[in-house]
Amino acid sequence: MTRAWDPRIEEMPLENLKKLQYTLLKTLVYRLYSFSAFYHRRMEEAKVHPDDIRTLEDIQKLPFMYKRDLRDNYPDKLFIASQEDLVRYHVSSGTTGKPTVVGYTERDLENWTVSLARALVSCGLGRGDVIQVSYGYGLFTGGLGLHYGAERIGATVLPTSVGNTERQIELMQDLGATAIACTPSYLLHIGEVAEKMGISIRKDTKLKTGILGAEPWSENMRQRIQDWLGIKAYDIYGTSELSGPMFCECTEQRGFHVWGDLAYVEILDTQTQEPLPPGERGEMVITMLQKEAMPLIRYRIGDISSIEEDVCPCGRTHPRVQRITGRVDDMLIIRGINVFPSQIEYALMTIPEVGQHFQIIVDRKGALDDMLVQVEVAQEAFSDKITDLMGIRKKVEHKLRNILNVGVNVELVEPGSLPRFEGKAKRVIDRRKI
Amino acid sequence: MGVNRFVIKQISVFSENKPGRLAAIARALQEEQINILAFSIAEADGFGVVRALVDSPQKAHEKLTKMGFNVAFTDVIAVQMKDEPGGLYEIAKILGQGGINIEYAYAYSGKEGAVLILRVDNVEAAIAAVRKGGAKLLESSLFQ
Repeated sequence: MTRAWDPRIEEMPLENLKKLQYTLLKTLVYRLYSFSAFYHRRMEEAKVHPDDIRTLEDIQKLPFMYKRDLRDNYPDKLFIASQEDLVRYHVSSGTTGKPTVVGYTERDLENWTVSLARALVSCGLGRGDVIQVSYGYGLFTGGLGLHYGAERIGATVLPTSVGNTERQIELMQDLGATAIACTPSYLLHIGEVAEKMGISIRKDTKLKTGILGAEPWSENMRQRIQDWLGIKAYDIYGTSELSGPMFCECTEQRGFHVWGDLAYVEILDTQTQEPLPPGERGEMVITMLQKEAMPLIRYRIGDISSIEEDVCPCGRTHPRVQRITGRVDDMLIIRGINVFPSQIEYALMTIPEVGQHFQIIVDRKGALDDMLVQVEVAQEAFSDKITDLMGIRKKVEHKLRNILNVGVNVELVEPGSLPRFEGKAKRVIDRRKI
Repeated sequence: MGVNRFVIKQISVFSENKPGRLAAIARALQEEQINILAFSIAEADGFGVVRALVDSPQKAHEKLTKMGFNVAFTDVIAVQMKDEPGGLYEIAKILGQGGINIEYAYAYSGKEGAVLILRVDNVEAAIAAVRKGGAKLLESSLFQ
Protein backbone atom coordinates (compact mmCIF):
# COMPACT_ATOMS: atom_id res chain seq x y z
CA MET A 1 0.00 0.00 0.00
CA THR A 2 1.26 3.44 -0.90
CA ARG A 3 2.02 5.60 2.12
CA ALA A 4 0.64 8.80 0.62
CA TRP A 5 -0.08 10.22 -2.80
CA ASP A 6 2.09 13.28 -2.13
CA PRO A 7 4.04 12.77 1.11
CA ARG A 8 5.94 16.05 0.65
CA ILE A 9 2.67 18.00 1.08
CA GLU A 10 0.66 15.57 3.16
CA GLU A 11 3.34 15.10 5.84
CA MET A 12 4.62 18.69 5.82
CA PRO A 13 5.28 19.95 9.37
CA LEU A 14 2.24 21.89 10.60
CA GLU A 15 4.34 25.02 11.11
CA ASN A 16 5.40 25.04 7.46
CA LEU A 17 1.86 24.27 6.38
CA LYS A 18 0.60 27.33 8.26
CA LYS A 19 3.26 29.50 6.58
CA LEU A 20 2.14 28.18 3.23
CA GLN A 21 -1.48 28.88 4.12
CA TYR A 22 -0.64 32.45 5.07
CA THR A 23 1.13 33.06 1.76
CA LEU A 24 -1.76 31.58 -0.18
CA LEU A 25 -4.35 33.57 1.80
CA LYS A 26 -2.48 36.83 1.25
CA THR A 27 -2.35 36.19 -2.50
CA LEU A 28 -6.02 35.20 -2.56
CA VAL A 29 -7.15 38.34 -0.77
CA TYR A 30 -5.17 40.60 -3.11
CA ARG A 31 -6.56 38.74 -6.08
CA LEU A 32 -10.18 39.05 -4.94
CA TYR A 33 -9.77 42.68 -3.91
CA SER A 34 -8.45 43.42 -7.39
CA PHE A 35 -10.69 41.26 -9.57
CA SER A 36 -13.96 40.62 -7.70
CA ALA A 37 -16.30 43.60 -7.67
CA PHE A 38 -18.47 41.70 -5.22
CA TYR A 39 -15.76 40.97 -2.67
CA HIS A 40 -14.05 44.33 -3.13
CA ARG A 41 -17.30 46.01 -2.12
CA ARG A 42 -17.76 43.66 0.80
CA MET A 43 -14.23 44.36 2.07
CA GLU A 44 -14.84 48.09 1.83
CA GLU A 45 -18.05 47.73 3.80
CA ALA A 46 -16.11 45.82 6.44
CA LYS A 47 -13.37 48.50 6.31
CA VAL A 48 -10.63 45.98 5.70
CA HIS A 49 -7.82 46.20 3.16
CA PRO A 50 -5.53 43.39 1.93
CA ASP A 51 -2.66 45.10 3.76
CA ASP A 52 -4.44 44.40 7.05
CA ILE A 53 -3.83 40.68 6.60
CA ARG A 54 -0.48 40.15 8.30
CA THR A 55 -0.93 36.74 9.95
CA LEU A 56 -3.05 33.68 9.22
CA GLU A 57 -5.26 34.60 12.19
CA ASP A 58 -6.03 37.95 10.55
CA ILE A 59 -8.44 35.98 8.37
CA GLN A 60 -10.95 36.79 11.11
CA LYS A 61 -11.00 40.40 9.92
CA LEU A 62 -12.36 39.35 6.53
CA PRO A 63 -16.07 39.42 5.74
CA PHE A 64 -18.04 36.19 5.27
CA MET A 65 -19.54 34.79 2.08
CA TYR A 66 -22.91 33.05 2.16
CA LYS A 67 -24.84 30.54 0.09
CA ARG A 68 -27.27 33.34 -0.75
CA ASP A 69 -24.39 35.32 -2.29
CA LEU A 70 -24.00 32.50 -4.80
CA ARG A 71 -27.71 32.47 -5.52
CA ASP A 72 -27.97 36.27 -5.75
CA ASN A 73 -25.13 36.26 -8.25
CA TYR A 74 -26.57 33.47 -10.39
CA PRO A 75 -25.29 32.15 -12.66
CA ASP A 76 -21.68 33.37 -12.92
CA LYS A 77 -21.32 36.85 -11.47
CA LEU A 78 -18.95 35.62 -8.73
CA PHE A 79 -16.54 34.10 -11.25
CA ILE A 80 -13.26 35.96 -11.64
CA ALA A 81 -12.11 33.89 -14.62
CA SER A 82 -13.52 34.62 -18.05
CA GLN A 83 -15.59 32.00 -19.80
CA GLU A 84 -12.77 31.13 -22.28
CA ASP A 85 -10.66 30.02 -19.31
CA LEU A 86 -13.33 27.70 -17.95
CA VAL A 87 -13.21 24.01 -18.85
CA ARG A 88 -16.31 22.81 -17.02
CA TYR A 89 -19.50 23.77 -15.19
CA HIS A 90 -21.29 21.89 -12.44
CA VAL A 91 -24.68 22.87 -11.04
CA SER A 92 -25.67 22.01 -7.49
CA SER A 93 -28.72 19.87 -6.80
CA GLY A 94 -30.41 22.78 -5.07
CA THR A 95 -31.72 20.73 -2.13
CA THR A 96 -31.63 23.83 0.05
CA GLY A 97 -32.91 26.34 -2.49
CA LYS A 98 -32.18 27.62 -5.97
CA PRO A 99 -29.36 25.82 -7.81
CA THR A 100 -25.89 27.33 -7.82
CA VAL A 101 -23.42 27.18 -10.69
CA VAL A 102 -19.72 26.44 -10.23
CA GLY A 103 -17.11 27.01 -12.95
CA TYR A 104 -13.69 25.34 -13.14
CA THR A 105 -10.46 26.36 -14.80
CA GLU A 106 -8.08 23.61 -15.86
CA ARG A 107 -6.11 24.18 -12.70
CA ASP A 108 -9.27 23.99 -10.55
CA LEU A 109 -10.00 20.56 -12.00
CA GLU A 110 -6.40 19.49 -11.42
CA ASN A 111 -6.50 20.55 -7.75
CA TRP A 112 -9.83 18.77 -7.28
CA THR A 113 -8.51 15.57 -8.83
CA VAL A 114 -5.31 15.71 -6.76
CA SER A 115 -7.32 16.31 -3.60
CA LEU A 116 -9.29 13.12 -4.28
CA ALA A 117 -6.20 11.17 -5.34
CA ARG A 118 -4.65 11.95 -1.94
CA ALA A 119 -7.96 11.10 -0.23
CA LEU A 120 -8.42 7.73 -1.95
CA VAL A 121 -4.82 6.66 -1.30
CA SER A 122 -5.22 7.71 2.35
CA CYS A 123 -7.99 5.16 2.82
CA GLY A 124 -5.94 2.37 1.33
CA LEU A 125 -6.98 2.39 -2.33
CA GLY A 126 -4.72 2.33 -5.37
CA ARG A 127 -3.68 0.45 -8.46
CA GLY A 128 -5.46 -2.92 -8.61
CA ASP A 129 -8.64 -1.66 -6.98
CA VAL A 130 -11.93 -1.59 -8.85
CA ILE A 131 -13.86 1.46 -7.67
CA GLN A 132 -17.57 1.51 -8.39
CA VAL A 133 -18.70 5.12 -8.61
CA SER A 134 -22.39 5.13 -7.70
CA TYR A 135 -22.69 8.87 -7.31
CA GLY A 136 -24.66 10.64 -10.00
CA TYR A 137 -22.74 11.62 -13.13
CA GLY A 138 -23.60 14.90 -14.76
CA LEU A 139 -24.33 18.26 -13.22
CA PHE A 140 -23.81 16.77 -9.74
CA THR A 141 -20.12 16.79 -8.76
CA GLY A 142 -20.01 13.40 -7.03
CA GLY A 143 -19.76 11.10 -10.05
CA LEU A 144 -17.23 12.93 -12.21
CA GLY A 145 -15.18 14.02 -9.20
CA LEU A 146 -14.62 10.52 -7.85
CA HIS A 147 -14.24 9.22 -11.38
CA TYR A 148 -11.17 11.31 -12.19
CA GLY A 149 -9.73 10.95 -8.70
CA ALA A 150 -9.94 7.17 -8.94
CA GLU A 151 -8.44 7.10 -12.43
CA ARG A 152 -5.57 9.30 -11.27
CA ILE A 153 -4.42 6.78 -8.63
CA GLY A 154 -4.47 4.01 -11.22
CA ALA A 155 -7.58 2.25 -9.98
CA THR A 156 -10.14 0.81 -12.41
CA VAL A 157 -13.33 2.82 -12.46
CA LEU A 158 -16.75 1.21 -12.79
CA PRO A 159 -18.94 4.25 -13.56
CA THR A 160 -22.37 2.89 -12.65
CA SER A 161 -23.82 6.26 -11.52
CA VAL A 162 -27.06 6.02 -9.50
CA GLY A 163 -30.11 3.85 -10.02
CA ASN A 164 -30.84 0.38 -11.39
CA THR A 165 -29.67 -1.15 -8.15
CA GLU A 166 -29.96 -4.81 -9.19
CA ARG A 167 -27.67 -4.22 -12.16
CA GLN A 168 -25.23 -2.35 -9.90
CA ILE A 169 -25.06 -5.42 -7.66
CA GLU A 170 -24.55 -7.79 -10.61
CA LEU A 171 -21.71 -5.64 -11.96
CA MET A 172 -20.19 -5.34 -8.51
CA GLN A 173 -20.03 -9.13 -8.39
CA ASP A 174 -19.05 -9.79 -11.99
CA LEU A 175 -16.27 -7.19 -12.18
CA GLY A 176 -15.06 -7.69 -8.62
CA ALA A 177 -15.52 -4.15 -7.33
CA THR A 178 -13.32 -3.65 -4.25
CA ALA A 179 -14.66 -0.21 -3.35
CA ILE A 180 -17.84 1.76 -3.83
CA ALA A 181 -18.41 5.50 -3.67
CA CYS A 182 -22.00 6.50 -2.90
CA THR A 183 -24.24 7.97 -0.22
CA PRO A 184 -24.45 5.90 2.98
CA SER A 185 -28.22 5.54 2.57
CA TYR A 186 -27.79 4.23 -0.96
CA LEU A 187 -25.27 1.65 0.26
CA LEU A 188 -27.80 0.46 2.83
CA HIS A 189 -30.33 0.21 0.02
CA ILE A 190 -27.86 -1.80 -2.06
CA GLY A 191 -27.33 -4.12 0.91
CA GLU A 192 -31.07 -4.68 1.27
CA VAL A 193 -31.65 -5.27 -2.44
CA ALA A 194 -28.68 -7.67 -2.57
CA GLU A 195 -30.16 -9.72 0.27
CA LYS A 196 -33.47 -9.93 -1.58
CA MET A 197 -31.52 -11.22 -4.59
CA GLY A 198 -29.92 -13.83 -2.34
CA ILE A 199 -26.50 -12.13 -2.49
CA SER A 200 -24.44 -11.35 0.60
CA ILE A 201 -22.21 -8.30 0.06
CA ARG A 202 -19.93 -9.70 2.75
CA LYS A 203 -19.57 -13.21 1.33
CA ASP A 204 -20.39 -13.00 -2.35
CA THR A 205 -18.54 -9.83 -3.43
CA LYS A 206 -14.99 -8.49 -3.14
CA LEU A 207 -16.15 -5.17 -1.69
CA LYS A 208 -13.91 -3.99 1.13
CA THR A 209 -14.16 -0.21 1.13
CA GLY A 210 -17.01 2.31 1.08
CA ILE A 211 -16.34 5.99 0.30
CA LEU A 212 -19.52 7.44 1.71
CA GLY A 213 -20.77 11.01 1.80
CA ALA A 214 -22.99 13.73 0.33
CA GLU A 215 -25.30 13.49 3.36
CA PRO A 216 -24.77 13.50 7.11
CA TRP A 217 -24.43 10.12 8.79
CA SER A 218 -23.45 8.89 12.21
CA GLU A 219 -20.71 6.82 13.80
CA ASN A 220 -23.33 4.20 14.71
CA MET A 221 -24.39 3.99 11.09
CA ARG A 222 -20.74 3.40 10.19
CA GLN A 223 -20.54 0.52 12.67
CA ARG A 224 -23.74 -0.96 11.32
CA ILE A 225 -22.56 -0.75 7.72
CA GLN A 226 -19.16 -2.23 8.60
CA ASP A 227 -20.59 -5.08 10.66
CA TRP A 228 -23.34 -5.92 8.22
CA LEU A 229 -21.51 -5.60 4.90
CA GLY A 230 -18.02 -6.56 6.07
CA ILE A 231 -16.34 -3.45 4.65
CA LYS A 232 -14.48 -0.40 5.96
CA ALA A 233 -16.65 2.71 5.62
CA TYR A 234 -14.97 6.11 5.20
CA ASP A 235 -16.55 9.53 5.43
CA ILE A 236 -15.96 11.79 2.42
CA TYR A 237 -16.78 15.47 2.45
CA GLY A 238 -17.32 18.25 -0.01
CA THR A 239 -19.92 20.36 -1.76
CA SER A 240 -20.10 21.75 -5.26
CA GLU A 241 -19.03 25.22 -4.06
CA LEU A 242 -15.71 23.74 -2.86
CA SER A 243 -15.41 21.87 -6.23
CA GLY A 244 -17.21 18.70 -5.16
CA PRO A 245 -16.23 15.84 -2.86
CA MET A 246 -12.73 16.80 -1.70
CA PHE A 247 -11.72 15.40 1.67
CA CYS A 248 -11.89 11.87 3.02
CA GLU A 249 -10.94 9.99 6.14
CA CYS A 250 -7.68 8.05 6.17
CA THR A 251 -7.49 4.45 7.40
CA GLU A 252 -7.47 5.78 10.99
CA GLN A 253 -11.13 6.83 10.55
CA ARG A 254 -10.71 9.84 12.84
CA GLY A 255 -12.34 12.53 10.73
CA PHE A 256 -11.53 13.71 7.21
CA HIS A 257 -8.20 15.38 6.45
CA VAL A 258 -8.69 18.84 5.01
CA TRP A 259 -5.73 19.48 2.72
CA GLY A 260 -4.31 22.66 4.17
CA ASP A 261 -2.71 23.80 0.92
CA LEU A 262 -6.16 23.80 -0.70
CA ALA A 263 -8.47 24.89 2.09
CA TYR A 264 -8.43 26.61 5.46
CA VAL A 265 -11.13 25.65 7.96
CA GLU A 266 -12.36 27.69 10.89
CA ILE A 267 -14.83 26.40 13.50
CA LEU A 268 -16.86 29.26 14.93
CA ASP A 269 -19.30 29.64 17.78
CA THR A 270 -22.76 29.56 16.18
CA GLN A 271 -23.93 32.55 18.24
CA THR A 272 -20.90 34.85 18.52
CA GLN A 273 -18.92 33.78 15.40
CA GLU A 274 -15.80 33.70 17.60
CA PRO A 275 -13.29 30.94 16.78
CA LEU A 276 -13.57 27.80 18.91
CA PRO A 277 -10.63 25.70 20.14
CA PRO A 278 -9.98 22.25 18.63
CA GLY A 279 -12.49 19.62 19.71
CA GLU A 280 -15.40 22.00 20.16
CA ARG A 281 -18.42 21.79 17.94
CA GLY A 282 -19.38 24.84 15.94
CA GLU A 283 -20.14 26.19 12.52
CA MET A 284 -17.59 25.30 9.87
CA VAL A 285 -16.33 28.19 7.74
CA ILE A 286 -14.14 27.41 4.73
CA THR A 287 -11.68 29.41 2.69
CA MET A 288 -10.57 27.82 -0.58
CA LEU A 289 -6.97 28.91 -0.92
CA GLN A 290 -6.27 28.05 -4.54
CA LYS A 291 -9.51 28.17 -6.47
CA GLU A 292 -9.22 30.26 -9.63
CA ALA A 293 -12.65 30.51 -11.28
CA MET A 294 -14.83 30.95 -8.23
CA PRO A 295 -12.79 31.65 -5.09
CA LEU A 296 -14.42 31.44 -1.67
CA ILE A 297 -13.30 33.31 1.40
CA ARG A 298 -14.80 32.50 4.80
CA TYR A 299 -17.69 30.67 3.20
CA ARG A 300 -20.51 29.84 5.64
CA ILE A 301 -21.10 26.36 4.33
CA GLY A 302 -23.73 25.66 6.99
CA ASP A 303 -22.26 22.44 8.41
CA ILE A 304 -21.67 21.87 12.11
CA SER A 305 -18.53 20.03 13.22
CA SER A 306 -15.26 20.24 15.17
CA ILE A 307 -11.59 20.12 14.18
CA GLU A 308 -8.49 18.27 15.46
CA GLU A 309 -5.03 19.66 14.75
CA ASP A 310 -2.70 17.09 16.34
CA VAL A 311 -0.69 14.98 13.90
CA CYS A 312 -2.67 11.95 12.77
CA PRO A 313 -1.24 8.47 13.52
CA CYS A 314 -1.23 7.97 9.74
CA GLY A 315 1.56 10.58 9.55
CA ARG A 316 -0.48 13.30 7.86
CA THR A 317 -0.22 16.72 9.45
CA HIS A 318 -3.29 18.24 7.82
CA PRO A 319 -6.13 18.94 10.26
CA ARG A 320 -8.99 16.50 10.61
CA VAL A 321 -12.59 17.63 10.69
CA GLN A 322 -14.94 15.34 12.58
CA ARG A 323 -17.97 13.96 10.82
CA ILE A 324 -20.68 16.52 10.19
CA THR A 325 -23.17 16.33 13.03
CA GLY A 326 -25.72 18.75 11.70
CA ARG A 327 -26.48 21.60 9.38
CA VAL A 328 -27.27 25.10 10.38
CA ASP A 329 -30.12 25.15 7.86
CA ASP A 330 -31.33 21.53 8.34
CA MET A 331 -31.80 22.38 11.94
CA LEU A 332 -35.41 22.08 13.01
CA ILE A 333 -36.68 24.23 15.81
CA ILE A 334 -39.27 22.23 17.73
CA ARG A 335 -40.94 24.17 20.51
CA GLY A 336 -37.87 26.36 20.71
CA ILE A 337 -35.36 23.50 20.85
CA ASN A 338 -32.79 22.91 18.11
CA VAL A 339 -33.15 19.45 16.61
CA PHE A 340 -30.84 17.94 14.00
CA PRO A 341 -32.02 14.93 11.97
CA SER A 342 -28.54 13.43 12.57
CA GLN A 343 -29.32 13.23 16.30
CA ILE A 344 -32.39 11.16 15.50
CA GLU A 345 -30.34 8.89 13.26
CA TYR A 346 -27.80 8.48 16.05
CA ALA A 347 -30.52 7.54 18.53
CA LEU A 348 -32.19 5.03 16.22
CA MET A 349 -28.90 3.27 15.48
CA THR A 350 -28.69 2.22 19.11
CA ILE A 351 -32.09 0.49 18.96
CA PRO A 352 -31.86 -2.80 17.02
CA GLU A 353 -35.64 -3.31 17.09
CA VAL A 354 -36.10 -0.61 14.46
CA GLY A 355 -34.52 -0.36 11.02
CA GLN A 356 -32.09 2.34 9.91
CA HIS A 357 -34.64 4.24 7.85
CA PHE A 358 -36.74 6.98 9.32
CA GLN A 359 -38.86 9.94 8.39
CA ILE A 360 -39.62 13.04 10.40
CA ILE A 361 -42.94 14.80 9.99
CA VAL A 362 -43.28 18.18 11.65
CA ASP A 363 -46.67 19.78 11.99
CA ARG A 364 -48.33 22.37 14.12
CA LYS A 365 -51.17 21.26 16.38
CA GLY A 366 -52.85 24.41 17.64
CA ALA A 367 -49.99 26.63 18.72
CA LEU A 368 -47.60 23.79 19.42
CA ASP A 369 -45.08 22.11 17.17
CA ASP A 370 -45.62 18.40 16.86
CA MET A 371 -42.86 16.08 15.70
CA LEU A 372 -43.62 12.59 14.53
CA VAL A 373 -40.84 10.14 13.81
CA GLN A 374 -41.76 7.13 11.70
CA VAL A 375 -39.60 4.02 12.06
CA GLU A 376 -39.79 0.55 10.60
CA VAL A 377 -40.11 -2.46 12.88
CA ALA A 378 -37.30 -4.93 12.23
CA GLN A 379 -38.43 -8.41 11.18
CA GLU A 380 -36.53 -10.02 14.08
CA ALA A 381 -38.18 -7.71 16.58
CA PHE A 382 -41.76 -8.27 15.42
CA SER A 383 -43.90 -9.86 18.06
CA ASP A 384 -47.49 -10.99 18.00
CA LYS A 385 -47.98 -9.27 21.35
CA ILE A 386 -49.27 -5.71 21.14
CA THR A 387 -47.61 -4.93 24.46
CA ASP A 388 -44.19 -5.84 23.02
CA LEU A 389 -44.77 -3.53 20.05
CA MET A 390 -45.96 -0.74 22.33
CA GLY A 391 -42.81 -1.37 24.35
CA ILE A 392 -40.63 -0.83 21.27
CA ARG A 393 -42.43 2.41 20.56
CA LYS A 394 -42.02 3.58 24.16
CA LYS A 395 -38.34 2.70 24.04
CA VAL A 396 -37.78 4.76 20.87
CA GLU A 397 -39.79 7.69 22.27
CA HIS A 398 -37.84 7.56 25.50
CA LYS A 399 -34.48 7.44 23.73
CA LEU A 400 -35.39 10.33 21.42
CA ARG A 401 -36.63 12.43 24.29
CA ASN A 402 -33.36 11.87 26.15
CA ILE A 403 -31.19 12.82 23.19
CA LEU A 404 -33.28 15.70 21.80
CA ASN A 405 -34.61 17.15 25.04
CA VAL A 406 -37.99 17.48 23.42
CA GLY A 407 -40.92 15.08 23.41
CA VAL A 408 -41.69 13.36 20.11
CA ASN A 409 -44.28 10.88 18.93
CA VAL A 410 -43.14 7.70 17.32
CA GLU A 411 -45.10 5.70 14.78
CA LEU A 412 -44.22 2.12 13.91
CA VAL A 413 -44.61 1.42 10.21
CA GLU A 414 -44.24 -1.66 8.02
CA PRO A 415 -40.75 -2.62 6.85
CA GLY A 416 -39.91 -1.22 3.43
CA SER A 417 -42.67 1.39 3.57
CA LEU A 418 -40.48 4.45 4.22
CA PRO A 419 -38.90 6.10 1.16
CA ARG A 420 -35.39 4.99 0.18
CA PHE A 421 -33.06 7.59 -1.29
CA GLU A 422 -30.57 7.11 -4.07
CA GLY A 423 -29.17 10.64 -3.81
CA LYS A 424 -29.42 12.98 -0.87
CA ALA A 425 -31.84 11.70 1.75
CA LYS A 426 -34.81 13.98 2.40
CA ARG A 427 -35.98 12.76 5.74
CA VAL A 428 -37.87 15.80 6.98
CA ILE A 429 -41.37 16.77 5.95
CA ASP A 430 -42.21 20.11 7.51
CA ARG A 431 -45.93 20.82 7.25
CA ARG A 432 -45.91 23.80 9.55
CA LYS A 433 -47.47 26.89 8.07
CA ILE A 434 -45.98 29.83 9.83
CA MET B 1 -45.24 -35.74 20.72
CA GLY B 2 -48.56 -36.11 22.60
CA VAL B 3 -49.57 -32.53 23.25
CA ASN B 4 -47.80 -31.15 20.20
CA ARG B 5 -50.56 -32.19 17.85
CA PHE B 6 -52.78 -29.64 19.58
CA VAL B 7 -50.36 -26.72 19.16
CA ILE B 8 -51.55 -24.69 16.20
CA LYS B 9 -49.41 -22.23 14.22
CA GLN B 10 -51.29 -18.97 13.96
CA ILE B 11 -49.83 -16.36 11.62
CA SER B 12 -49.51 -12.84 12.97
CA VAL B 13 -48.93 -9.92 10.60
CA PHE B 14 -47.84 -6.40 11.50
CA SER B 15 -49.99 -3.85 9.73
CA GLU B 16 -50.20 -0.10 9.68
CA ASN B 17 -53.60 1.20 10.66
CA LYS B 18 -54.65 2.65 7.31
CA PRO B 19 -57.10 1.88 4.53
CA GLY B 20 -56.24 -1.02 2.25
CA ARG B 21 -53.79 -2.92 4.45
CA LEU B 22 -56.18 -5.74 5.34
CA ALA B 23 -57.20 -5.97 1.69
CA ALA B 24 -53.52 -6.37 0.73
CA ILE B 25 -53.09 -9.24 3.15
CA ALA B 26 -56.36 -10.93 2.20
CA ARG B 27 -55.63 -10.60 -1.51
CA ALA B 28 -52.22 -12.22 -1.07
CA LEU B 29 -53.83 -15.18 0.63
CA GLN B 30 -56.45 -15.43 -2.08
CA GLU B 31 -53.74 -15.45 -4.75
CA GLU B 32 -52.11 -18.42 -3.03
CA GLN B 33 -55.51 -20.15 -2.63
CA ILE B 34 -55.12 -20.13 1.14
CA ASN B 35 -58.31 -20.36 3.16
CA ILE B 36 -58.74 -18.32 6.33
CA LEU B 37 -60.47 -20.32 9.05
CA ALA B 38 -60.56 -17.64 11.70
CA PHE B 39 -59.02 -14.25 12.19
CA SER B 40 -58.97 -11.16 14.35
CA ILE B 41 -57.36 -7.72 14.38
CA ALA B 42 -55.72 -6.36 17.49
CA GLU B 43 -55.52 -2.62 17.31
CA ALA B 44 -53.09 -0.22 18.95
CA ASP B 45 -52.43 3.43 18.31
CA GLY B 46 -51.47 3.71 14.62
CA PHE B 47 -50.82 0.05 13.96
CA GLY B 48 -52.35 -3.34 14.40
CA VAL B 49 -51.62 -7.05 14.36
CA VAL B 50 -53.70 -9.24 12.10
CA ARG B 51 -53.93 -12.78 13.46
CA ALA B 52 -55.28 -15.65 11.43
CA LEU B 53 -55.64 -19.40 11.38
CA VAL B 54 -55.21 -20.57 7.81
CA ASP B 55 -55.18 -23.94 6.11
CA SER B 56 -51.53 -23.62 5.06
CA PRO B 57 -49.62 -21.41 7.51
CA GLN B 58 -46.17 -22.07 5.98
CA LYS B 59 -47.26 -20.96 2.52
CA ALA B 60 -48.98 -17.89 3.97
CA HIS B 61 -45.86 -16.97 5.94
CA GLU B 62 -43.64 -17.24 2.85
CA LYS B 63 -45.99 -15.25 0.63
CA LEU B 64 -46.50 -12.40 3.08
CA THR B 65 -42.80 -12.22 3.98
CA LYS B 66 -41.93 -12.01 0.30
CA MET B 67 -44.30 -9.08 0.00
CA GLY B 68 -42.35 -7.30 2.73
CA PHE B 69 -44.71 -7.84 5.64
CA ASN B 70 -43.47 -8.58 9.14
CA VAL B 71 -44.87 -12.03 9.82
CA ALA B 72 -44.50 -14.32 12.82
CA PHE B 73 -45.84 -17.70 13.87
CA THR B 74 -47.53 -17.81 17.23
CA ASP B 75 -48.51 -20.99 19.06
CA VAL B 76 -52.20 -21.08 19.95
CA ILE B 77 -54.71 -23.76 20.88
CA ALA B 78 -58.28 -24.19 19.65
CA VAL B 79 -60.96 -25.58 21.92
CA GLN B 80 -64.40 -26.74 20.81
CA MET B 81 -67.26 -25.06 22.59
CA LYS B 82 -70.93 -25.89 22.77
CA ASP B 83 -72.81 -23.36 20.66
CA GLU B 84 -75.32 -22.61 23.43
CA PRO B 85 -75.53 -20.46 26.58
CA GLY B 86 -72.77 -21.40 28.99
CA GLY B 87 -70.47 -22.77 26.28
CA LEU B 88 -67.74 -20.18 26.83
CA TYR B 89 -68.15 -20.36 30.61
CA GLU B 90 -67.43 -24.08 30.58
CA ILE B 91 -64.06 -23.59 28.83
CA ALA B 92 -63.08 -20.44 30.70
CA LYS B 93 -63.82 -22.16 34.01
CA ILE B 94 -61.53 -25.09 33.16
CA LEU B 95 -58.68 -22.71 32.31
CA GLY B 96 -59.28 -20.54 35.37
CA GLN B 97 -59.26 -23.50 37.69
CA GLY B 98 -56.11 -24.79 35.99
CA GLY B 99 -54.36 -21.48 36.74
CA ILE B 100 -53.93 -20.75 33.02
CA ASN B 101 -53.76 -17.09 32.03
CA ILE B 102 -55.32 -16.08 28.70
CA GLU B 103 -53.31 -13.48 26.80
CA TYR B 104 -55.88 -13.09 24.10
CA ALA B 105 -58.65 -15.08 22.51
CA TYR B 106 -61.07 -14.97 19.62
CA ALA B 107 -63.77 -17.32 18.50
CA TYR B 108 -65.70 -18.49 15.50
CA SER B 109 -68.96 -20.30 15.21
CA GLY B 110 -68.85 -22.78 12.36
CA LYS B 111 -70.98 -25.56 10.96
CA GLU B 112 -69.71 -28.07 13.47
CA GLY B 113 -70.06 -25.92 16.54
CA ALA B 114 -68.11 -23.04 18.00
CA VAL B 115 -64.35 -22.86 18.42
CA LEU B 116 -62.40 -20.74 20.87
CA ILE B 117 -58.84 -19.85 19.85
CA LEU B 118 -56.56 -19.09 22.75
CA ARG B 119 -53.13 -17.63 23.25
CA VAL B 120 -52.09 -18.65 26.75
CA ASP B 121 -49.03 -18.16 28.93
CA ASN B 122 -48.32 -21.89 29.19
CA VAL B 123 -49.46 -23.94 26.21
CA GLU B 124 -48.64 -27.38 27.61
CA ALA B 125 -50.34 -26.75 30.92
CA ALA B 126 -53.38 -25.39 29.10
CA ILE B 127 -53.62 -28.48 26.90
CA ALA B 128 -53.38 -30.73 29.95
CA ALA B 129 -56.03 -28.72 31.81
CA VAL B 130 -58.46 -28.70 28.89
CA ARG B 131 -58.13 -32.44 28.38
CA LYS B 132 -58.49 -33.13 32.07
CA GLY B 133 -61.60 -30.92 32.17
CA GLY B 134 -63.15 -33.05 29.45
CA ALA B 135 -63.23 -30.46 26.65
CA LYS B 136 -62.10 -31.23 23.09
CA LEU B 137 -59.08 -29.63 21.40
CA LEU B 138 -58.79 -29.26 17.63
CA GLU B 139 -55.72 -30.89 16.13
CA SER B 140 -53.14 -28.85 14.30
CA SER B 141 -53.41 -31.17 11.28
CA LEU B 142 -56.54 -29.21 10.35
CA PHE B 143 -54.36 -26.18 9.71
CA GLN B 144 -51.49 -27.44 7.55
